[in-house]
Amino acid sequence: MENIGALALLLAFCIAIYAVVGSVTGKLKRNPFLVISAERAVYGVSFLVTLGAGILVSALLTGDFRFVYVAEESNRAMPAIYKFTAWWGGQAGSLLLWSWLLSTYAAVVVFTNRRKHRDFMPYVVAVLATVQAFFLILNCFVVSPFKMLALEKAITAVPDGNGLNPLLQYPAMAIHPPMLYLGYVGFAVPFAFAVGSLITRQPGDGWIHTTRRWTMVTWLFQSCGIVLGAAWAYHVLGWGGYWAWDPVENASLLPWLAGTAFLHSVMMQEKKGMMKVWNIVLVSATFFLCILGTFLTRSGIVNSVHAFAQGSIGKYFVAFMAVGLAATIYLIIDRLDYLKSEAQLEAVISRESSFLFNNLVLLASCFAVLWGTLFPVLSEKFSGEKISLDSAWFNRLMIPIGLFLLLLTGLGPLFAWRRTSSESLRRNFMWPGIASLVLVGALLAAGIHNFYALISFGFCLFVAITIFLEFFKGAKQIAQKSQINFAHAVIELTYRNTRRYGGYLVHMGIVLMFIGFTGAAFNQSRVDEMKAGDSVTLGAYQLTAKATHEGENANYLWQSASVAVSKNGEFLGVLEPEERVYKASRQPTHEVALRIRLNEDLYLNFAGMNGDRAVIQSYIFPLVSWIWIGALVLIFGTLVALVPSKVKREYARTQVVGITKKHATVEK
Amino acid sequence: MKKYGKFAALIVIIVGTLIWLATAGIQNNQTYYKTISELGQLGDQAYTKRLRVGGDVGAGSIVRKGNIVEFMLVQEKRNLKVFYDGTDPLPDTFRDGAQALADGRMGRDGIFHANKIQAKCASKYEAKPGGKPAVAPVYNNKASL
Repeated sequence: MENIGALALLLAFCIAIYAVVGSVTGKLKRNPFLVISAERAVYGVSFLVTLGAGILVSALLTGDFRFVYVAEESNRAMPAIYKFTAWWGGQAGSLLLWSWLLSTYAAVVVFTNRRKHRDFMPYVVAVLATVQAFFLILNCFVVSPFKMLALEKAITAVPDGNGLNPLLQYPAMAIHPPMLYLGYVGFAVPFAFAVGSLITRQPGDGWIHTTRRWTMVTWLFQSCGIVLGAAWAYHVLGWGGYWAWDPVENASLLPWLAGTAFLHSVMMQEKKGMMKVWNIVLVSATFFLCILGTFLTRSGIVNSVHAFAQGSIGKYFVAFMAVGLAATIYLIIDRLDYLKSEAQLEAVISRESSFLFNNLVLLASCFAVLWGTLFPVLSEKFSGEKISLDSAWFNRLMIPIGLFLLLLTGLGPLFAWRRTSSESLRRNFMWPGIASLVLVGALLAAGIHNFYALISFGFCLFVAITIFLEFFKGAKQIAQKSQINFAHAVIELTYRNTRRYGGYLVHMGIVLMFIGFTGAAFNQSRVDEMKAGDSVTLGAYQLTAKATHEGENANYLWQSASVAVSKNGEFLGVLEPEERVYKASRQPTHEVALRIRLNEDLYLNFAGMNGDRAVIQSYIFPLVSWIWIGALVLIFGTLVALVPSKVKREYARTQVVGITKKHATVEK
Repeated sequence: MKKYGKFAALIVIIVGTLIWLATAGIQNNQTYYKTISELGQLGDQAYTKRLRVGGDVGAGSIVRKGNIVEFMLVQEKRNLKVFYDGTDPLPDTFRDGAQALADGRMGRDGIFHANKIQAKCASKYEAKPGGKPAVAPVYNNKASL
């Protein structure tokens, strides 16, 4: 089986190369048969990579411990679901997942566009197949998942494997990496379309329209992946946080920031024909940041909790990114004439300008995070000393940036295109402005003096009210006109322009998440060694240690502490944080116990025994639930924005003329 | 031209603020990576800078005393005694033989006072007792031909 798997990947590599050569030659020589055969090659690659991945997965599920990968990432006692997720538990497997996702995406792209965009599809295929070939090089020649264990020359097996890293044996972690990868890989598609459109000097914005849904779905996956990672850190890692500016967390954030900027700035191109160069730059930047993210995660170039793999793959990534970036930059510079803006900025207080500043700040934050993440590498190169920056540095930069973006979230959508009259400013912003000032005043009076927290709560209320007013005003009009009730009118309003109102919902999700982030300004914590009967106070809670228990199952040994929780004398229940030691890997993990409420979480971690006393770390995290709620709202909003609007909005200038006709002969 | 002036001014203000935020007081946020042997050669600087030292956790050296965790960091046969007094719980991967990174300051007493520890599992196959030492990964040559 392992031979078939390795052979399948090797063949896939050859066919991917064929797809690149075939589609480019076919296009240049105007040979439709070559172009079609290259497209069929994409299906072939998809089939072969799927076969290879299937063989690896079946080896994991059946526990074929002759495979190095299976022996390292799986063991007999693990539940089947984690045997499956061991697919992306290690370097070789997760790179195969990358390849597999890309091959699937490419097949879908080729299938859905089989009758569209005939004149630049060959280049789209070529770009996707190039990326595919690069990852298949890694899969075949550098970190093959089909390495076998051998004694001398004979293939052998170990009786049982090491097991998946216990930290990864957790439901959210089972889907976090594929979500993030779906996001990483997905940006290859809009990038390929942008390059294809650039090479063939397309008039209009065909590539943007075609890839709008791709981009949004991809962005959605990435958002889910990031939030799941944060949730996993919070619930599993036991250090009580959800974000620490760890290099790998940053790696997932970078393409998200660039992608968010891209989602906003394409609106400028669609509606005003502006920022064409910028959009190409952004989509390329996002794609290369995705590759960089994979690189940072998989190569161990920067120290990180995630960087489990030191290795040889670094130089391949660097070479690929260098060549890719050089080619993209050359292409953009060469085609600058085709990317002339059709309109100009007119006023500082206008929709255009708010997009401009949104982009500026998102990109600045992206650059700052990149700088901070790579600082150890850069400082070593230039000063010879390896220096890292701590999370305080990131916070000092990113908190003001985040708050500024939050404010823009409220302001931007209500500015008119071109210029905004002071009359409309007053109409739109007076009540939200007054309300937030009142809130800040009330919070000050209540004894909250944290500067950023006050600003953040003020902005959150401001943005929330502007969004509510938008829904309210629009829905009231519809309700009056068509004599329907208000709730129905809200749905009707959203359905008429899903993009706009879905976007508002996404913004609302961001506001809720900011409320959750701001709660971190009021965290409390303490560490205690407790004997049975000992009692401590944290905030309004009294924690009393009751007893410790222990036991074992096939997969791990466990020990837990029961802690009775009461608040102001009222008994609330017993929390049981647990420490596990996994047998296969001999690694301990901590299962924290939480009491989750909307206003605050009580979070207990059992850090082990010291003699006869249990070491209990206790935390209060105010408002943290709102991060997860906000994320759900964000997902819902994005899904709404993906629904086609009831009223098809026509923009006179966004017609793509004559693409399908010119090369229609290619099909038959 | 005047309106572009306004844009330029705003952009300069925003970018300037960010650069100022990024550079002001950056000294306090920097941590220097040093090996244990380099620590000895640093002289007085060793006591003023925040440092990050890496190494393997000495077998059986982890001792918990109250809120302080003591252990020995070993790198190229040099030892460094570390006291961890940070507030974060130690990572699950932190145990005998793990590769660890300790962030903190060097004390005049020759003990490294860490407030942050990162740890990574040592290579799993070596760590496994009773495993067959002769078992080594190879490429499956048949298929790559």
